[in-house]
Amino acid sequence: MTDFSGEPSGSHAQRQHWLSILALAPCATLEQALQQTLTVCEPPPLGWLRKPQSGLYMVRARAGGTGAQFNLGEASVTRCAVQDDSGRIGVGYVRGGNARHAELVALFDLFLQNDESRPQLLATVIGPLAERQAAARETASREAAATRVNFYTLARE
Amino acid sequence: MYVAVKGGETAILNSHELLAAARRGDEGVPEISPAQIREQMRLGVARVMSEGALYDEELAALALKQAAGDQVEAIFLLRAYRTTLPRFGYSLPVDSGRMNIRRRISAAFKDLPGGQVLGPTYDYTQRLLDFSLHAPAACKLPPCADEPLPAAMPRVADLLGHEGLMEAELPPAGDPAPGDLSREPLRFPADRATRLQNLARGDEGFLLAMGYSTQRGYANSHPFAGEIRMGEVALEIVPEELGFPIAIGEITLTECQMINQFAGSSTVPPQFTRGYGLAFGEAERKAMAMALVDRALRAAELGEEVVAPAQQPEFVLSHSDNVEASGFVQHLKLPHYVDFQSELELLRKMRKRHEGRKKVSVTEGNPLFGTGGKAHTEIAVGENA
Amino acid sequence: MNAPHIPLLPGFADPVDDAQRIFRAVLAALSRPGMLQAISGLPPAPAPLCAASGAVLLALADYETPVWLQSPSPEACAWLRFHCGAPLVDAPAEAVFAVISQPLALPPLAAFAQGLPEYPDRSATLIVHSAGFGDQGLRLTGPGIQDECRLGIDGLAPDFWRSWQSQQGHAPLGVDLLFVNGDSLLGLPRSTRVDVEGKGE
Repeated sequence: MTDFSGEPSGSHAQRQHWLSILALAPCATLEQALQQTLTVCEPPPLGWLRKPQSGLYMVRARAGGTGAQFNLGEASVTRCAVQDDSGRIGVGYVRGGNARHAELVALFDLFLQNDESRPQLLATVIGPLAERQAAARETASREAAATRVNFYTLARE
Repeated sequence: MYVAVKGGETAILNSHELLAAARRGDEGVPEISPAQIREQMRLGVARVMSEGALYDEELAALALKQAAGDQVEAIFLLRAYRTTLPRFGYSLPVDSGRMNIRRRISAAFKDLPGGQVLGPTYDYTQRLLDFSLHAPAACKLPPCADEPLPAAMPRVADLLGHEGLMEAELPPAGDPAPGDLSREPLRFPADRATRLQNLARGDEGFLLAMGYSTQRGYANSHPFAGEIRMGEVALEIVPEELGFPIAIGEITLTECQMINQFAGSSTVPPQFTRGYGLAFGEAERKAMAMALVDRALRAAELGEEVVAPAQQPEFVLSHSDNVEASGFVQHLKLPHYVDFQSELELLRKMRKRHEGRKKVSVTEGNPLFGTGGKAHTEIAVGENA
Repeated sequence: MNAPHIPLLPGFADPVDDAQRIFRAVLAALSRPGMLQAISGLPPAPAPLCAASGAVLLALADYETPVWLQSPSPEACAWLRFHCGAPLVDAPAEAVFAVISQPLALPPLAAFAQGLPEYPDRSATLIVHSAGFGDQGLRLTGPGIQDECRLGIDGLAPDFWRSWQSQQGHAPLGVDLLFVNGDSLLGLPRSTRVDVEGKGE
């Protein structure tokens, strides 16, 4: 399939990163971050290319974790897309049914594609969110690690 | 046979209102919210998601509230709701190897890399009712280890695989897309992907009984819980408009790898075989039962004699779905008035003939040792034909 | 990432209601062959699509239905990928929907998926941009047509109807056609027999 997306290759990794951070972020935090962002930069004229829409993705897994693919069951997903007057598209995909969350992801995805606003947003929004998510993951892992069994052998004297 | 009957609209509407009142219960007790169910009944929510085949904690919690806690009814509600939503596509296969682990144990190896991590389990509770839960109490923060778990926790099956002692689980050539039971009906023979999808949405009680039957000697496969792991994995999709994968959130999964004995053949050296279980949420019993049944259903593929119900795909896969099973059992409540009337008439006719025959028997021969029984059978056949 | 972008046209204003409306029109067109169906209020679609062929794809195409464009353009491909999620294929035989924007250069009908004897529905539906519809030239008979229906379809190659007739020897296999022009939609399912008037039976 021909790539008509107009994306310079190699830029995916960064966008993948922020999209995954935004998808995991609490909606209220993103709402707050949006208000702050709007006080410092004027958003370009925007239009909804796709209004928030709820649907399903079938979750696939592999037999034995590594073998043949099978369909495990579906997950609900909400998506939307916003476009600015230059034709740049911000997409929002979030698991679950929160339409506002999907909208916020799409808006930040759009702002983050802009070379002028990206560095600031990476530093003030994505960076702190990523840190918070990593910290939450570490806490969960340390709580689990506290339940790790330390075996000891009763040696016969 | 069904006939259209009319009437009962008012009775049905009133029944809805009575049901709503019964669901609410005593209004002196605060009403439960779906958020409370989601947070405090998470294992019930997990089962509704697994068997409803839809990962959405909010909807599953709502379904449980609406169904007044009836799991099978809640599962039905979720299955019905999903049909109203468009399907956007398929996810990339979730990678349980990259799970953020919250529980991981092995009954086969004591000292496995990463260790035995108990996590939030009921296994070591005393099963004594905790009356202190009657009163709300602040929850202590759980203890934290100084260090998190290792970033990479190897799968036990892969450790054995390196030695060649475990059958390999590799994608078939071309890594084909699996069949999808939510789009196509179940057909036999069913391949493993189809069986696993069926079992993943199958009734936990049914799978538990089937798995148990294999342990009791109906198709013994000598299982070891090679590894059970539970935690969060990323859900990744490739939107057609982007053309590259993105993670859109996390889902909680429980995975069970059963290790089973297998003697090998002239072409395959002796090695362990595997059964696999995977379920949405924290659902360890379900994942274990699924792994036992998955292995039992591989009997024909592994050259074993098919002798027990758990090894028969037609038996297991056709009866595992509780929405189907519940529908067919409960359809018996639908009006069968005409059906039953015809049976009643038939029975009355048979009784009448039987009476006539008895009179003949009494006059012509011995009713106990004669041909009375046979004659009766013949009448019955004649009536049915 | 500030590279020039191709602005994407929006899809249906109201995805659910619009898709259902177009679906009804397609259903009517295929069950009443030869009867023009009006589909209005369509969003513009990027060339070589027209509003009508674009609307049919918005309503029917998704991630499970590969689409083949006779003359693909970057704009149309991006639009279909975005709004339908449909994969675009290079080979006509792989397509579930094909858009024929230059009917004079239509590939042979046999180049498209014909379905299988067990599953005749696994065949292609061709959306053909017609130059216009008239009221004579063709005589249609078959299921969904009372007695007969006379009409004209402009802009097709002279030998097109001969290949349509030869497809009917393979029933129930074959392709189905949806002709579009402006706000009009015309269905021609494989079961419809078409005779060219003035050329004998």
